[in-house]
Amino acid sequence: MEKILDVKNLQINFATFAGQVQAIRDVSFHLNKGETLAIVGESGSGKSVTVRSIMGLLANNAHIVGGEIDFKDQDILSMTDRQIENLRGNDISMIFQDPMTSLDPTMPIGKQVAEPLLIHGQMNKAAAMARAEEVLELVGITNAKNRMKDYPHQFSGGQRQRVVIAMAIVNYPEILIADEPTTALDVTIQAQIIDLMKDLQRKIDTSIIFITHDLGVVAGIADRVAVMYAGKIVEYGTVDEIFYDPKHPYTWGLLNSMPTLDTHSEKLYAIPGTPPNLLDPPDGDAFAPRNPYALAIDHEAMPPFFKVTNTHYAATWLLHPDAPSIEPPAAIQQRQQLYRDLIASGQIGTFPQKETDKNVSN
Amino acid sequence: MSEQADKLELTPDSFKRVGANDTDAQEKISAPSLTFFQDAIRRLKQNKAAIISFWLLAIIILISIVSIWWTPSDPNAQHVAYANLPPKIGNGIPGFTGQANVGGQLVDKYAQANVPKGTYYILGTDYLGRDLFSRLMKGIALSLLIGMLATLFDLMIGVPYGIISGWRGGHTDTIMQRIIEIISSIPNLVVVILMLLLFTPGLGSIVVAMGITGWITMARLIRAETLTLKTQEYVLAARTIGESPFKIATKHLIPNLSSTIIIQTMFSIPTAIFFEAFLSFIGIGIPAPNASLGTLLSDGQKTFRFLPYQMWYPAAAISIIMIAFNLLADGLRDAFDPKTNN
Amino acid sequence: MSATNSDRPRKKLVQVQHLKQYFNPGKPNEVKAIDDISFDIYEGETFGLVGESGSGKSTTGRSIIRLYNPTSGKILFDGQDISRIKHRDMLEFRREMQMIFQDPYASLNPRMKVKDIIAEGLDVHHLVKNDQERDARVNELLNLVGLSRDHATRYPHEFSGGQRQRIGIARALAVQPRFIIADEPISALDVSIQAQVVNLLREIQQEQNLTYLFIAHDLSMVKYISDRIAVMHNGRLMELAAADEVYNHPLHPYTKSLLSAVPRPDPMYERSRHRTDYDDSIEFDNHPRTLQEIVPGHFVFAAADELADYQATAEKYLHEASALGKSPLNA
Repeated sequence: MEKILDVKNLQINFATFAGQVQAIRDVSFHLNKGETLAIVGESGSGKSVTVRSIMGLLANNAHIVGGEIDFKDQDILSMTDRQIENLRGNDISMIFQDPMTSLDPTMPIGKQVAEPLLIHGQMNKAAAMARAEEVLELVGITNAKNRMKDYPHQFSGGQRQRVVIAMAIVNYPEILIADEPTTALDVTIQAQIIDLMKDLQRKIDTSIIFITHDLGVVAGIADRVAVMYAGKIVEYGTVDEIFYDPKHPYTWGLLNSMPTLDTHSEKLYAIPGTPPNLLDPPDGDAFAPRNPYALAIDHEAMPPFFKVTNTHYAATWLLHPDAPSIEPPAAIQQRQQLYRDLIASGQIGTFPQKETDKNVSN
Repeated sequence: MSEQADKLELTPDSFKRVGANDTDAQEKISAPSLTFFQDAIRRLKQNKAAIISFWLLAIIILISIVSIWWTPSDPNAQHVAYANLPPKIGNGIPGFTGQANVGGQLVDKYAQANVPKGTYYILGTDYLGRDLFSRLMKGIALSLLIGMLATLFDLMIGVPYGIISGWRGGHTDTIMQRIIEIISSIPNLVVVILMLLLFTPGLGSIVVAMGITGWITMARLIRAETLTLKTQEYVLAARTIGESPFKIATKHLIPNLSSTIIIQTMFSIPTAIFFEAFLSFIGIGIPAPNASLGTLLSDGQKTFRFLPYQMWYPAAAISIIMIAFNLLADGLRDAFDPKTNN
Repeated sequence: MSATNSDRPRKKLVQVQHLKQYFNPGKPNEVKAIDDISFDIYEGETFGLVGESGSGKSTTGRSIIRLYNPTSGKILFDGQDISRIKHRDMLEFRREMQMIFQDPYASLNPRMKVKDIIAEGLDVHHLVKNDQERDARVNELLNLVGLSRDHATRYPHEFSGGQRQRIGIARALAVQPRFIIADEPISALDVSIQAQVVNLLREIQQEQNLTYLFIAHDLSMVKYISDRIAVMHNGRLMELAAADEVYNHPLHPYTKSLLSAVPRPDPMYERSRHRTDYDDSIEFDNHPRTLQEIVPGHFVFAAADELADYQATAEKYLHEASALGKSPLNA
């Protein structure tokens, strides 16, 4: 598969009164052409900061300590402001969380959607407006031709988010970054927007990075998933691997603490404590203080990524060959059992390269 | 990464299961406790212009407090013989030598007027021979008094008016806002001139004019802020607990309005000072012989071409006071409300 | 959670009868936030109120706790009508019913110390005689919600979202209420913290025999915590039944559409998910609708001519396990 974006060893600090907050601590991931990568994490895990750095939209007090972000073999971090602006207009675009603040209330939506095309001087006005109409139709605004002259307040919340998406895809970008695009929406609207994004991906052949904290949404949209905690990726793999065969105790905790419509237990599993302060992150695995499965070494040394399959890696010492075998929580075992059944019955593709021995990799 | 893993010494003990840390330990907050105000002051200290303004104002306030009991000489005492003496300080600092340029020649005015040795007027004298430095001290003190009164009106009328109007809402709010609109539609100057018909010109009529109109901006700001605060969940929580409206105002609203109050006060003081100076300058403010920055400026500008120092010093004083208050207010606003800055 | 269909007739703690809450009544911008709803909450149960934004669910909570003055209708608390009470009676009532708010960042006064926030109710109702007693009670409440006495002298901004929400819970518990309205108490929190708060709410409920009205848009969490659930839409109740019943045997098309939209952390289910949209124009056919009992304990907002259909569906459910695609995780 062709890598379209490759983030390597990204480190970002924020200068605050109290000191340097290490918001992103050595994050590496890549995005393949045509896929949807979901980055899941809680607030403060660094998921938004990561994608904002790709767009060159970091706050003034942020500074990039190290790493590179390669878009088609060109490092975004060493680009001039002009080049980044160009990139934002043409190749990478972003959808934000709040549809109301992403739209200018004083401008008709047709003009707003066409604006990126006009700024970058790719088209004359008539062509740009025609493209805007086409894109608005694509995102499911009915009667787009007549509604082009309407203002944002004349649209419902779900329709507004459709307009925001239309703005983002009007250039047919190669990468679409969606930062919690459904968090502010109701479940029924959320389901519609997710269906729309899946549909669009097929139609305009774009790659998507989808940021969210909602595992349910991830299961519905992602091809691959990266789980972030305290400024690091702790586990990544295909969506089936993460949901049915998770290896990192943090992923276990996340999956376990969400009740599904079928949960009946007397008490919900709750991850104890609170995330660490990134002014002074712990030496070992940042999750160790909250991890009931932590080993002594977890408190001392940062675990490297251990390979589970060619596509699945997790940063936990539990995968080290010398680690004791630990029984995951019951609900996770149930998921793993289901995974084996699904593979056995051929409902999920297996990975022929799958290795059973645990290797330390990059 | 694998290199790092190799370097680590992994013993069987490393892989002993130890589990999570104590939950209580994780809940512990180690950072020192900073109140909102301490935090704001920390931010204010980053702002050099505001800090310099603060100390300048502190010195100016100190000088005017001193002037209540002591000035170098009586500010209203006239010595016609010593009229229009230039500034002089004993050790001959340029510009403070007591000499004046008369017909292209430097002349020692002090010697001409037979001023006894050892008597200096730091900022010179005016056309009636009154000590300008003493008059300036008194003038600044008066300006600051006006500023204080403006604050008093802001706090005593503006704040409660705004809170009541915003909190009550509905018809009360509508009526109170119409009253404000009516008052603010009458220009200040008209009010003062009307006052002159009732009272003699002087501090009294200026104060009454300010009392009628000066608090309006504060009331409007506080009302707007109260409207947002009253839908905040902590105010709703106080209501569901059964807290009385008066207690909600004192415990919840005023502390959260305090930054608005402080900042607005800092802006209304210079406005009031300038208002007084303006009235005195055009002759309907503080009556002679009392000194105020406005009367000093008014006297100074009459002889500005020949005796520029008579206007320079009061003009400098009023400029410094205005700029210092405005810079400090800006600094306070940024410190109290960091969001507006970014 | 107690069993929903015990034999003993249970006491109705809160009875909402034909409640209407209009904003700007009679004016062109009139909003019918709540349009004639009735339901009962039994003592000791958790009553879930689910709806999307604008459905009127939060307004319902605020009307019941009398942050608003209801336009019409009755709210009986322990048999007494509280929809019109004032002054002294109101102060008494404020001890019985408390609220937990949605936004942990807006629900605590940033200028007050945690102990003063928690003790506000103690002060208003004169529940403590002196400062020592006050401090002791505050520490007791902090312990109850899993915080320590060290936290008492700190300010809200020093706490995380989950910790703040627990402070909000301690404040509500200070006056020893019998009934708590939780208005989306977890929707602003992270997933791993949500479970902590929900567990805490359940523990306290069991210890102190509290009754909850749990308002939320997150259906899985409401389903988990509630005994009975009401689904609200456009200011009206669409369906009301025991939690499992609403989820396994939904009758109203709106409920079905809502359930079909809930995302689940299960890729296989998501791939086969079939979403059904709800068209609310069916409500505007001028047939008078009220909440009708289709099967015992299961109410649906229906017109007279729709009853037969709903009954037939309910009948069909008896023969099937579930109408919705079950997650393979629990198959």
